[in-house]
Amino acid sequence: MNGYEPKIVAFLCNWCSYTAADTAGTARRKYPANVNVIRIMCTGRMEPTFVFKAFAEGADGVLISGCHPGECHYLTGNYKAYKRSVGLEQVLSDFGIEPERFKMTFISASEADKFASVATEITETVRKLGPLGKVRDRVKSYDEVFVTGGEVSG
Amino acid sequence: MADKLKFAFYWNASCGGCEVAVLDIHEKILDVAAIADILMWPVAMDFKEEDVEALPDQHIDVAFINGGIRNSENKKMSQLLRQKSKYVVAFGACANFGGIPALANFHHKESIFDRVYSETPSTVNPEGVWPQEITEVPEGELSLPTFFNTVYMLAEVVDVDYYLPGCPPPPDLILAAVEAIASGNLPPRGTVIAGEKSVCHSCDRVKEEKKVTGFRRIHEVIPDPERCFLEQGIICAGSVTRDGCGTRCLNVDMPCRGCFGAPEGVIDQGAQLLSTLTTLLDTDDLEEVRSIIGSIPDLSGYLYRFTLSDSLMKRRIVAELKDKEVASH
Amino acid sequence: MSERRIGVYVCHCGTNISKTVDVEDVAKYSQGLDGVVVSKDYKYMCSQPGQELIQKDIKEHGLDGVVVAACSPRMHEPTFQRAARNAGLNPYLVEMVNIREQCSWVTDDRALATAKAKRLTSSGIAKARLNRALETDFTAITPRALVVGGGIAGIEAALKIAASGYEVVLVEKEGTIGGQMAKFDKTFPTLDCSACILTPKMVEVVQHPKIELMTYSEVQRVDGYVGSFEVTIEKKPRDVDLNLCTGCGDCTEKCPASVLSEFDEGLSMRKSISTAFAQAIPNAPVLDRESCWYYTGKAKCQVCARVCQANAITFDNEPEIVKEQFGVIVVATGFDILRPEEGNQWGYGKYPDVFNGLQFERMSNASGPTDGLLVTSQGKEPEAVAVLHCIGSRDENYREYCSRTCCMASLKFAHLVKEKTNAEVYEFYIDMRSFGKGYEEFYNRIQEEGINFIRGKGAEVTKKGEKLVVRGEDQQLGVIREVPVDMVILNTALQAREDAAKIAETFSLQQGQDGWFMELHAKLAPGKTAVEGVFLAGTCQGPRDIPDTVAHAGGAAADALRLMAAGQQEMSPVSAYVVEEYCTGCKVCISLCPYDAISFDEDGKVAVITTALCKGCGACVASCPTNAMHLRHFEDEQILAQIEGVFAG
Repeated sequence: MNGYEPKIVAFLCNWCSYTAADTAGTARRKYPANVNVIRIMCTGRMEPTFVFKAFAEGADGVLISGCHPGECHYLTGNYKAYKRSVGLEQVLSDFGIEPERFKMTFISASEADKFASVATEITETVRKLGPLGKVRDRVKSYDEVFVTGGEVSG
Repeated sequence: MADKLKFAFYWNASCGGCEVAVLDIHEKILDVAAIADILMWPVAMDFKEEDVEALPDQHIDVAFINGGIRNSENKKMSQLLRQKSKYVVAFGACANFGGIPALANFHHKESIFDRVYSETPSTVNPEGVWPQEITEVPEGELSLPTFFNTVYMLAEVVDVDYYLPGCPPPPDLILAAVEAIASGNLPPRGTVIAGEKSVCHSCDRVKEEKKVTGFRRIHEVIPDPERCFLEQGIICAGSVTRDGCGTRCLNVDMPCRGCFGAPEGVIDQGAQLLSTLTTLLDTDDLEEVRSIIGSIPDLSGYLYRFTLSDSLMKRRIVAELKDKEVASH
Repeated sequence: MSERRIGVYVCHCGTNISKTVDVEDVAKYSQGLDGVVVSKDYKYMCSQPGQELIQKDIKEHGLDGVVVAACSPRMHEPTFQRAARNAGLNPYLVEMVNIREQCSWVTDDRALATAKAKRLTSSGIAKARLNRALETDFTAITPRALVVGGGIAGIEAALKIAASGYEVVLVEKEGTIGGQMAKFDKTFPTLDCSACILTPKMVEVVQHPKIELMTYSEVQRVDGYVGSFEVTIEKKPRDVDLNLCTGCGDCTEKCPASVLSEFDEGLSMRKSISTAFAQAIPNAPVLDRESCWYYTGKAKCQVCARVCQANAITFDNEPEIVKEQFGVIVVATGFDILRPEEGNQWGYGKYPDVFNGLQFERMSNASGPTDGLLVTSQGKEPEAVAVLHCIGSRDENYREYCSRTCCMASLKFAHLVKEKTNAEVYEFYIDMRSFGKGYEEFYNRIQEEGINFIRGKGAEVTKKGEKLVVRGEDQQLGVIREVPVDMVILNTALQAREDAAKIAETFSLQQGQDGWFMELHAKLAPGKTAVEGVFLAGTCQGPRDIPDTVAHAGGAAADALRLMAAGQQEMSPVSAYVVEEYCTGCKVCISLCPYDAISFDEDGKVAVITTALCKGCGACVASCPTNAMHLRHFEDEQILAQIEGVFAG
């Protein structure tokens, strides 16, 4: 697994966690270059579909982060995201995705250090777990393993 | 009457319900018989693979194929019928999205075989005999189809012209499809022969405020027959399921299970149901959220009852295969 | 292949980005991506020539999408949106990619940073391919302002707005306006008396025809949105009719019930019916039901009502709830001081001669509990006084921040002690922060007054015999000093009020980690908040002294005036909308909306959005089971494309 750089997708709310990521930058707080941020206005916008899509495309880990409970810019969006995330944890586990690969956190705009350490932690944990690759490659490789000489689709 | 149409009905990994559904059109089957000859129908007629192979390409007008693609035979027969038919209709939930058999995608071949050939209480298999693809017998070599690790949708192995969802498809939609074919008045290729919105659109139950304190299964309560199931905390997939079934389940006080798949515009039915369902929960206590959602039995099974093959994740990652998988990259 | 014509602009940001990210390489990489017709890098994209470069390309290449890979969109998105608009491109066709704050500044490795910048840019281009032109709407602004809090910040904001000809309602929860400043004796660095500069402004407020003053009142609820806030205000029962009361004081004099005075920080007693101080505005007492003999059932009493010749006092009044319409809101709810908890190392609350800063202000104030005399609890003039800086400020155990006022206030205390007594004064300080206009000069002046400056924090106060002993490390001498004194003044931290969380909830404000209300931008929008039309004035946003508070309040007033003068406000087009042909009428979305922006059309059986109420969070979009609900600029397809874009390389 030499040279393996995990790819993490992070969905951050504009008001708290995205700002925290900006603040981490302003403070020149270093963390691994593996976290790719997609900005949404509120984690309430976060759909399980996005998380599955990220994993399907080849994400090795997904991070959702919003405002602290009670501090959502839109009052309750982070609770909605949390509810979806709790369900996601269960479904992802049925899909064989290790729990460490998916995380929802609450990071306020001022918590630059927290953002940097969360980003570091998920990257390093996922680095140890190894790559997942794209769903389509995986499905194909499984039936190559199970089906001798079988090309499945088409 | 001019030349009669030529139909074929075929089953892949399915329960046989789709075959019965053809009969559910009752006396109208006579109308079908009047306009079409059935060239192949394994459940009812003796017609062999070799007979199909012998037909010229595109000889069959329409092949109605039900069932998911579980093994190499399903795949081979589907490809053969595709070659011999002008139109292929994916018939029923399994052909459309994998269906119930695709729930096995939460497992893998080894664990399925383990379960079926040794673990179940009704299995007596002291010698641990598992099916082999090749078995040598005195008379020669016997072969079984290869069991795939993943259940696929029909559209993953052949081009599909029309989709007729449902578990099974309801008689009116079957007839609508047949009539369209007979009249030559065909919708654009790729059309799903069903509604566009979701089941709620046709459901008469009273819908008010959707806030629930917990989730229950239908057998645990006596539901209010007039009121939206979701509002009673009963998991109903109607909101994320394509309309067109005639609310058959809801009419008999059963919540929708999702057999028509996702409505137009929804990418992943299970993911969407997860999103919708969890946010109905009317509490902001994080621990309570965790305990309520955690107590839903087989949440993934509820979400992907019919559509796991059609989901973004498609199947479970097999930890044992990780290394091989990585090596193949 | 996309038919879009996208231009990609990668910024060096001087060397802020280019030092870590190979910007030429990112530009070259982008050139090859679907839909990209031109890709460039430039030293400063946000500069005039940088913007012109983009504008020129928009026209020359007929661009219908622009991707700027530079700093955070929170920094310069409006800049590039404006530039695009001026070149005839819809501003929502501009996509920013954050390769500074979230890439070059947080990565050391050039290869990894460049690879990340490419992934992020690819993701941004994927979004740009699907971005749609969006039109902005305008909402009308009701020309009426609500100012919450009657301290110097609220007073200043209210007066400025009223002076510009707009109606103002000033809501104050206490019985009088004046706030903390009314408690002060002198103000640094000029040493003019606080009351002398504050009370004329208080009078101006009450006399101003455009200002309606609501004291002893609290905002309960805020509905609506910028331009049309509906605010529910509770007028607490004062039991004194402001229209009848003459402020004669007879009731106070005859009232038999006494409690510790909050205004005097517990250094004196006040009556149950009383005004906080002599120059209170309005000049009418409040009946405090917590201590009143009648209300507590101790006696039938009602002596106050009997002695009132104006018949202004009645009992058992109900709170009055009023609903008022405003276009803008200025929150000026102020601060509180830290009061060290029981068992603290400074003996606060244990030794009667350990005072907090406000107590000292009251004591030194000529109209305070000692009529301005500085005396110990034994009634004697102190021989030595210690002033301790940074108590609870710059202290990880309490508040990490500097409270910004204490150094100067401490110097002022030293001066006042010197002026009024013959005591020795010892200042225990960590650093002397005299950053304001005239502050360093003030420091120099005080130094000449014979004060003992000890560089080191006052770590502990104990009692030895009759004396208090302040222990601390003198860092200049490198020794532990133990200084016996008769009086200790703790200059404690300024902190967010105890009810700040409740206020934040009422106005949908955010609080920082330390509890202060969050401004929209620390530098560029210190008075704005994330809620459009709600502004911050003064210390509710962070610790500051009077000059800075007044300046900040003026800024908030200007922000509020700008909106009212314009009469309308551009609304962000990032709002939800319903695609009716997909809406199945399930009603899932309706109860999810925190702003009641979604209603149901029972005839058409579809959800309907009130766009002016929608704030664009997208919660309904994520939960809509049929993809009928969409969020402009954050469409499913756009976000899914962004995800794909990350993995395109």
